[in-house]
Amino acid sequence: MNDRYYVSRHVQQRRSKIIVSVILLAGSIILLMPLWWMISTSLKSMDEIMQYPPTFYPHEVHWENYIEAWHTAPFTRYTLNTLLICAFSVAGSVLSNSFVGYGFAKIHFRGRETFMSVVLATMIIPGFVTLIPQYVLFSKLGWVNTYLPLIIPPFFGSAFFIFMFRQFYMTIPNELVEAAKIDGANHFYIWFWLMLPMVKPVLATVAIFSFNGAWNDLIGPLLYLNDEMKYTLQIGLQNFRGLVQTQWHYLMAASTLVLLPVLTIFFVFQRYFIEGMNLTAGMKG
Amino acid sequence: MNRKTSSIRQREEIQGYIFILPWLIGFVVFVLGPLLFSLYGSFTNYNVTSRMDFIGFDNYKRMFTGDPLFWTSLYNTFYYVIFMVPLTTAGSILMAVLLNQRVSGTRVYRTIYYMPSVLSGVAVYMLWMQILSPETGLLNTLLRLIGVEGPAWLFDPAWTKPAIIIMKMWSVGGGMLLYLASMQGIPTQLYESADLDGANAWHKFRYITLPMITPVIFFDLVTSLIGGFQIFQEGYVMSQSGDGGPMNSLLFYNLHMWNKAFEVFDMGYAMAMAWILFVIVMILTALNLKYSKNWVYYEGGDNR
Repeated sequence: MNDRYYVSRHVQQRRSKIIVSVILLAGSIILLMPLWWMISTSLKSMDEIMQYPPTFYPHEVHWENYIEAWHTAPFTRYTLNTLLICAFSVAGSVLSNSFVGYGFAKIHFRGRETFMSVVLATMIIPGFVTLIPQYVLFSKLGWVNTYLPLIIPPFFGSAFFIFMFRQFYMTIPNELVEAAKIDGANHFYIWFWLMLPMVKPVLATVAIFSFNGAWNDLIGPLLYLNDEMKYTLQIGLQNFRGLVQTQWHYLMAASTLVLLPVLTIFFVFQRYFIEGMNLTAGMKG
Repeated sequence: MNRKTSSIRQREEIQGYIFILPWLIGFVVFVLGPLLFSLYGSFTNYNVTSRMDFIGFDNYKRMFTGDPLFWTSLYNTFYYVIFMVPLTTAGSILMAVLLNQRVSGTRVYRTIYYMPSVLSGVAVYMLWMQILSPETGLLNTLLRLIGVEGPAWLFDPAWTKPAIIIMKMWSVGGGMLLYLASMQGIPTQLYESADLDGANAWHKFRYITLPMITPVIFFDLVTSLIGGFQIFQEGYVMSQSGDGGPMNSLLFYNLHMWNKAFEVFDMGYAMAMAWILFVIVMILTALNLKYSKNWVYYEGGDNR
């Protein structure tokens, strides 16, 4: 009887494993379909797009769609503009947040816990509450139609990244900092020479997240950039739709190109995304 | 000796403040200052260039009694949040449960399921505008294959918001990673002893997995609620540059605020709207925190 129990249990387990596998496979097909459709549409001719019944892959591959789309608008310029903003944004975020996070994790000063709760509390403030006054501030400074409103704020840290760094620094034993202090090192030295090499995974995670954030930002450029030659890819793409209307092959080709760097970064640096998630998980407590 | 230690402590303190200084400056200039400015501004007829006269509660009165689009935008936003939050939460839990099974290829599946959530911005909206396109789009094409004539999605006021919610479901894998990490931390002995008691899969999920992941559910609820109320880009890009879509069905709260602030420069009014949104988000977050005690399980027993 005992034997039969285990056998049936085993069969049941195998059956449920097969069911789970089938669901997982179906789910991934559904999730990959939109991307496949985007690439497939980007390579079709307009005639094939309009065709009924529709084709699920391009029967005639039109690589030139990409070249034509790219030259319909100054996309090269948009890309360079975007990369410039991304570079400053990444540099600013990595520097400021690793610095501030160290202060919150490894130095004792009065009011530290209070300040940390303020950092966390700012995360619930809807962006639009501060957006309008920030716009007023930057326009009074004469910064509208420059990149300054997009590249200066990252140098002052952001709550989420500060928290991520703090969580990671806290896993590093305090004895290390104490030993360095006895050797006469001050905190600036310890932060730069001792800690930064140890928190490389977080540096990478924050760099990737802030790159993606700057690459995908629409609201900032929309608000602050007026001159078309200063546009980023996001507003460039939004404008491009006005130009090509429903010529989906061009629109999908341009969209594919804009998504390509983000996709590449994701596949190459996947583990840092997961690392970032694990650090976020520390917030739930 | 005593003086020496106190001076060391003082130096430590000063260094601490220097380290948090970048954040502190940023907080005052980009957060606290703007908060106070917009609070005061919401009681004025501010328009950036010429005037800033104190007008008392006029903006708030106008919002509640004289601006039907305010109510439309509030309705649209609540509609979106009420469906999006439970659907994405349930979706990511389901995904995590499936990926937590011992079947082959879970690493590959995890990558595929997570990938859509890292993609964002205008290109994704363009992609979905094609998928949702009534004639040539993927969704209606697939529906036609099974004999269903799909709606006009972004052109039909009844279907614009469901369309946006479907699009959001594509990137549900972002939350999945958090749940998965939490599930992998559950001690296997719990499941083993449940096996001995003859528990089935549902029982194990309901009485072991679910209670153990409630802290993550709580975190997910709070953050996606806050995020949900801030929906803007979807409405802006997927309606013709911010006009709000057919019958204003995509005029979300932030889009209406944006149009007031940056299209007609009725900034005082827009700042009043911003504060109402802030208050709504604060109340909901506070309620979430308050009621979390009743259902969020923290290991160690003491309900924090």
